[in-house]
Amino acid sequence: MPTFLLLTALTAVRILGRNRLRTGLTMLGIVIGVGAVIAMVSIGEGAKAAVAERVASMGTNVILVLPGAVTTGGVRGGQGGVVTLTTADAVELKKRIPLLRETGWARRDVMQIVHGNKNWNGTVNGISPSYLTIRGWSFTGGGPLTQQDLDTAARVAVLGQTAVDNLFEPGEEPVGAIIRINHVPFRVVGTLAPKGQSAQGMDQDDVIFIPFSTAERKVFGTRFLGSVGALFASTERPEDLAPAVAQIREVLRQRHRLQPDQDDDFFIRTQVDIGKVHEDTSETLTIMLFSIASVSLLVGGIGIMNILLVSVTERTKEIGVRMAVGATRRHILIQFLVEAMTLSVLGGCLGILVGMLGARATTVVAGWPTIISPETVIAAFVFSVAVGLFFGLYPANKAAWMSPIDALRYE
Amino acid sequence: MAALISCEDLWKIYRLGDVEVQALRGVDLLIEEGEFVAIMGASGSGKSTLMNILGCLDRPTKGCYRLQGVDVGGLRADQLAEIRNRRIGFVFQNFNLIPRTSALENVQLPLFYRGLPLRQQRALAAEALARVGLQGRENHYPSQLSGGQQQRVAIARALVASPSLLLADEPTGNLDTQSSLEIMAILDGLNKKQRITIVLVTHETDIAAYAEREVVMKDGRILTDRKTPSRASALSVEA
Ligand SMILES: Nc1ncnc2c1ncn2[C@@H]1O[C@H](COP(=O)(O)OP(=O)(O)OP(=O)(O)O)[C@@H](O)[C@H]1O
Ligand SMILES: [Mg+2]
Repeated sequence: MPTFLLLTALTAVRILGRNRLRTGLTMLGIVIGVGAVIAMVSIGEGAKAAVAERVASMGTNVILVLPGAVTTGGVRGGQGGVVTLTTADAVELKKRIPLLRETGWARRDVMQIVHGNKNWNGTVNGISPSYLTIRGWSFTGGGPLTQQDLDTAARVAVLGQTAVDNLFEPGEEPVGAIIRINHVPFRVVGTLAPKGQSAQGMDQDDVIFIPFSTAERKVFGTRFLGSVGALFASTERPEDLAPAVAQIREVLRQRHRLQPDQDDDFFIRTQVDIGKVHEDTSETLTIMLFSIASVSLLVGGIGIMNILLVSVTERTKEIGVRMAVGATRRHILIQFLVEAMTLSVLGGCLGILVGMLGARATTVVAGWPTIISPETVIAAFVFSVAVGLFFGLYPANKAAWMSPIDALRYE
Repeated sequence: MAALISCEDLWKIYRLGDVEVQALRGVDLLIEEGEFVAIMGASGSGKSTLMNILGCLDRPTKGCYRLQGVDVGGLRADQLAEIRNRRIGFVFQNFNLIPRTSALENVQLPLFYRGLPLRQQRALAAEALARVGLQGRENHYPSQLSGGQQQRVAIARALVASPSLLLADEPTGNLDTQSSLEIMAILDGLNKKQRITIVLVTHETDIAAYAEREVVMKDGRILTDRKTPSRASALSVEA
């Protein structure tokens, strides 16, 4: 049997090789189908991985509270448009909710920053020292802002990678240097490890962190002391997030003296919410991919079936001869199945190659991250084999069930 | 000793719509091991129909065909395939070689389906080609061979599996006189030297003369069945 299979496969390759154009056109469906699937899955997986990374870059078990719609006298403010959250809120939340490991706050503005002859408009964040821990920033040089910096409104700054790149010459040491934010001199005390893009696609490393008190009094100029751009809180465990969110809402509603019929004047977001949006998108993507894969493999399979039916008819006499010298139905069946599978596997392999090139091209041209996992390649291969088997079965059966004498007499 | 071939009241009826064609109408035939039989008769008399049944390529509508004592009618398709593979060699008027496949591979075919190792297939096929005088032509495609050479390849294919029965349906029908004589010499040798039973269909009396027995068919029945009279004179032509 192994000899038989091997020789049959060789014969199949030879027969298909004789009719290159026809073979090529027949395989085209499978090639395009598998290629498209490989390329799109790799783009999808690349995007998914990037999103997961970005969501993780928010920090772990983080709750974000943003100032939100206030309805006062029928006027409804937009998200972040009105001052509703304060540093006092954060302190109070920490005090009243034991589930919270830490709370912090931040306010940001785009400011002009100067170092030497370099000049750059960057995002300046006034933060509580806890903010950096909650958001999971790590340092490449120097150290974090301290409680003392906050208490004394010290003029110290921590720089993100983009800020460093824009303000310093390559190789220049930022820690210890003096930069000017809105003409106020600050000493750089730390530099941060890069995080890349946020879930919303913003450059997270385009940041400068300074103590909240310093920002409020010396840089931003604030109408209401203590008003923040966002509150942050973190919990010990992921399962604490939901109850913590509920309690935060409760406390904030109380502190803001909201009546039961009034809407919240803040928004609460967790990583789970943000991750979910992307999960939904990737689910849609997966369904789309699945449809494309099914349709193209179906079309490819039908192409194979069609050409095999033609081949069976063309070679009826040959089938008769083979039967006359002792081929059984099984021999004939296997011969045509092997031909079908040779077509589909060859097409599948070419498709995998095309898909990989497509993914590579997408990364190079569009700059999208792509991931080709071995599972995808194996799945594509298995699918090609299955398509050949499935669509080869009918023509092969047709050949196998011919009567020897009718096949021999066929003109 | 049981006859190699024993047919009792064989009928073959084709139905084409409302029309019924009785290709065989009660054929009784006994052929012993080692015989050389020529079947003759007018076109449409049922010779090919009978040969196809004898070759286990077709089944009779009615009647019993025993090959070496076994009732072939009761066998499954794969058992028939095995009989065709091991016991019967078939030579056709139009050669029936597989195109674009070398002479050697064509001859290998029965051994391939028998599942022999490739080396053995090759060796035996080369030997069979040598026996029909085609050494050196192993890698020729059928299209690169003359009609007579193609028929010799077909004979090599028929005898590579060492069958006990060789069926030849008008093997020289498409060949010129010279090639016909060469083919007949080979068949005669197989019958004389290797005791292979040969049943041969022909329209030509000088071809039939190689056989020792001549069966004439008419309208699906056997008309006459006798020893060939002119055998000796035919053989002198060969010499
Ligand atoms: N597949 C078939 N379907 C219908 N009729 C058939 C079929 N095969 C043969 N016949 C008929 O059966 C009869 C015998 O045919 P067969 O081929 O056996 O004749 P033959 O003796 O071999 O003739 P020839 O010398 O021309 O080869 C003919 O009348 C033919 O038309
Ligand atoms: Mg005939």
